[in-house]
Amino acid sequence: MTNKNEVYYDNLAVASSPHLVTSLDTQKTMMWVLIALAPSFAASVFYFGYRAVLLTAVCIAACVLFEWAYERILGKPVTVRDLSACVTGVILAMNLPSSLPIWMAVIGCFTAIVVVKQLFGGLGRNFANPAIVGRIVLLLSFTSYMTSWPLTRLQQTADAVTGATPLGYLADGALSSAPGLKDMLLGNIGGAMGETCTIAVLIGLAILIFKKIISPIIPCCFIGTVFVFSLIYYSVVGGDYSAIHMALFHVLAGGVCFGATFCATDYVTSPIMKWARVAFGIGCGILTMVIRLFCSYPEGVSFAILFMNILAPTLDILAQNRFYKIGEKEKAEKKAAKAKAFADKKAEEAEKA
Amino acid sequence: MFRAKHLNSISAGHYKNTAGSETEVMPVPSVVKISMSQNIGAPCKPLVKKGDHVLVGEKIGDTDAFLHVPVHASVSGTVTGIETQRNAMGGYDTLVVIESDSKQEISPSVAPPQITDQPSFIEAVKESGLVGLGGASFPTWLKFNPRNLGDPMTLIINGAECEPFITSDHRTMLEDTQNIIDGAQIIMKYLQADECYIAIENNKQDAIDKFNSLLSAQGITNIKTFPLQARYPKGAERVLIYEVTGKTCDAGVLPADLGCIVSNITSVSFLGQYIKDGMPLVKKRVTIDGDAVSKPGNVLLPIGTQIHDAIAFCGGYKQEPRKILMGGPMMGRAIYSDRMPIVKNNNAILAFGREQSVIPEETPCIGCGRCHAACPFDLLPTGFADAYERKDVKRLNDLKVMQCMECGSCSYICPARRPLAFINKLAKGLVREASQK
Repeated sequence: MTNKNEVYYDNLAVASSPHLVTSLDTQKTMMWVLIALAPSFAASVFYFGYRAVLLTAVCIAACVLFEWAYERILGKPVTVRDLSACVTGVILAMNLPSSLPIWMAVIGCFTAIVVVKQLFGGLGRNFANPAIVGRIVLLLSFTSYMTSWPLTRLQQTADAVTGATPLGYLADGALSSAPGLKDMLLGNIGGAMGETCTIAVLIGLAILIFKKIISPIIPCCFIGTVFVFSLIYYSVVGGDYSAIHMALFHVLAGGVCFGATFCATDYVTSPIMKWARVAFGIGCGILTMVIRLFCSYPEGVSFAILFMNILAPTLDILAQNRFYKIGEKEKAEKKAAKAKAFADKKAEEAEKA
Repeated sequence: MFRAKHLNSISAGHYKNTAGSETEVMPVPSVVKISMSQNIGAPCKPLVKKGDHVLVGEKIGDTDAFLHVPVHASVSGTVTGIETQRNAMGGYDTLVVIESDSKQEISPSVAPPQITDQPSFIEAVKESGLVGLGGASFPTWLKFNPRNLGDPMTLIINGAECEPFITSDHRTMLEDTQNIIDGAQIIMKYLQADECYIAIENNKQDAIDKFNSLLSAQGITNIKTFPLQARYPKGAERVLIYEVTGKTCDAGVLPADLGCIVSNITSVSFLGQYIKDGMPLVKKRVTIDGDAVSKPGNVLLPIGTQIHDAIAFCGGYKQEPRKILMGGPMMGRAIYSDRMPIVKNNNAILAFGREQSVIPEETPCIGCGRCHAACPFDLLPTGFADAYERKDVKRLNDLKVMQCMECGSCSYICPARRPLAFINKLAKGLVREASQK
């Protein structure tokens, strides 16, 4: 060796390529979802006052605490830093009426984090959206609390604190007393805290799509299906309002926009393949409208999303089979064999005759 | 040309810090170690032994195997030994160690090749020691000898350089523009190609402009520049064929069968120089960069230069290197020692310190599907990972794992930091193993 004073580095780190990764990790992804939820949160504070802040804070704290405690007790690595529990907490809170007692919200958080998420293996393993299941459990357990919707601060008068949601009016056949489309767009209606102000939800949707956190397929298919379904339905059935008015009513009412933006697009419980996502969005839309129009519940977004969550892996497999042409060879072979057997049988019969 | 649908790609940072640094010629190091396995085929057998005196351009390694390319001495001096060294792949390479006499005497065998027809062209390319300089190190003479010679052929010259950090191809395009045009013309002549596209990512507008002005000044109309999106991996052979011609090239299909020959821009530039002076491939322009290098830049150095010598030329290490890569950060190989020699297909040496060499911790898959959306061939890396865990070869084949070109886009984009590209490599190995049984 000529340069004896040289220090050689013979023990360098080796790893498989690539040696670069994007800065957008799970935590940052969840951060962007929280940012997209901020307009809805702001709107809920504007319309429902301090209760909105309180409920949201309690839900976040409870979700994070349950996740931390569960993982500590079971000796698993603590994953609260990935912020997914925060997102679940905020989404659950946005799905609740602002008058809900605190302890009920905590039960919802327990269901979401411990039962739905952690018992199935934690982040990435839950079969359904934790916040949606949390809401459904609360709805079925405390039906009267979960269906008495406080009016917004702008609507409240001395003798009226709660009122019906637009969908409630629709179910009661009192559509003429429901608020107008403009109020529904701005959120000046009764309903769950985050769901009422559609404008705020759409701002969140725009943030998520622009930052490429979610693909626009599911929200577009979901909202589009609701619109088209109700357009066709009211064109056939008729009514006091035009079909276009009713289609917009169904898009703006209840949790369609919020569910399509924040719940149906949950990574873990929605499909990966493009066409499976299309089917997922359309399925959510159809189920929502079927429940709204033909079932006894006035609102069906959570049930629709839960149902499609369970169907998502199947949709993915079907889409993969089509996309990668899996099993087509075998199918063709089987078909050929069947045709051959049939022809042989025919020939045999002809011979006998 | 307008293409409505592009293949999926990612926008990794460019980090082209050295794009503006002109190539510096490195003085001949005192010792070079020339590897005998510098092509994808059979390794060469040394033709020299200890004590022999060699001259620049002298052939020092060759073999009788079909798939091979000879190796030439890059310095003049004395052979001091034949060594074996563990390589980055885990196997062993034979190295011919030459101590330089720093006279750089040129071997009498170096003379402009006599090219008269197609076979003599192929022979000349073979003797030049040229391999695919983009990274694959496939013997170029074999690539220029397609079985369907005479069919309409398109020559695509790959100047995409989509890997972050690397700028050596960019410098080649700016500094050896005429060589590239000359090389392209001779390849087109003997491949009977009637059109040629020089595909360059649109973040290298200066190179595109230079080609356009030179081509129009010389009245050449059958060579055109083709701007690509500046995204990764536009420079991958199969992606490039699609972007330029619209033809889809599955793994295992030879591009020549589709009427395309893709050649790296540095290979073409070398060939343009080789037909003039006959000097075989003995030096290489290499980007030396990374946060552990004091003075990053582009260096023209003799093949066989050890990495620590090359980095010493660039001002040495600024901080303790933790990871050294041969090639770019997306597909390059991490090597364990800086005493390894530069080989023909090296286009970059990146030395990273503590900060840039962190290996992120793997977290659970959140099923976002970004890996699928990033894959240029619409493959499903999460599906591969699941099937690989179960050692399910049938499922891997169903999902077409062998189409994966290991570009690393999936690992790059994964928010959960899963090593998806690594799993794909393992899965491909598993499928290969199963098919051999």
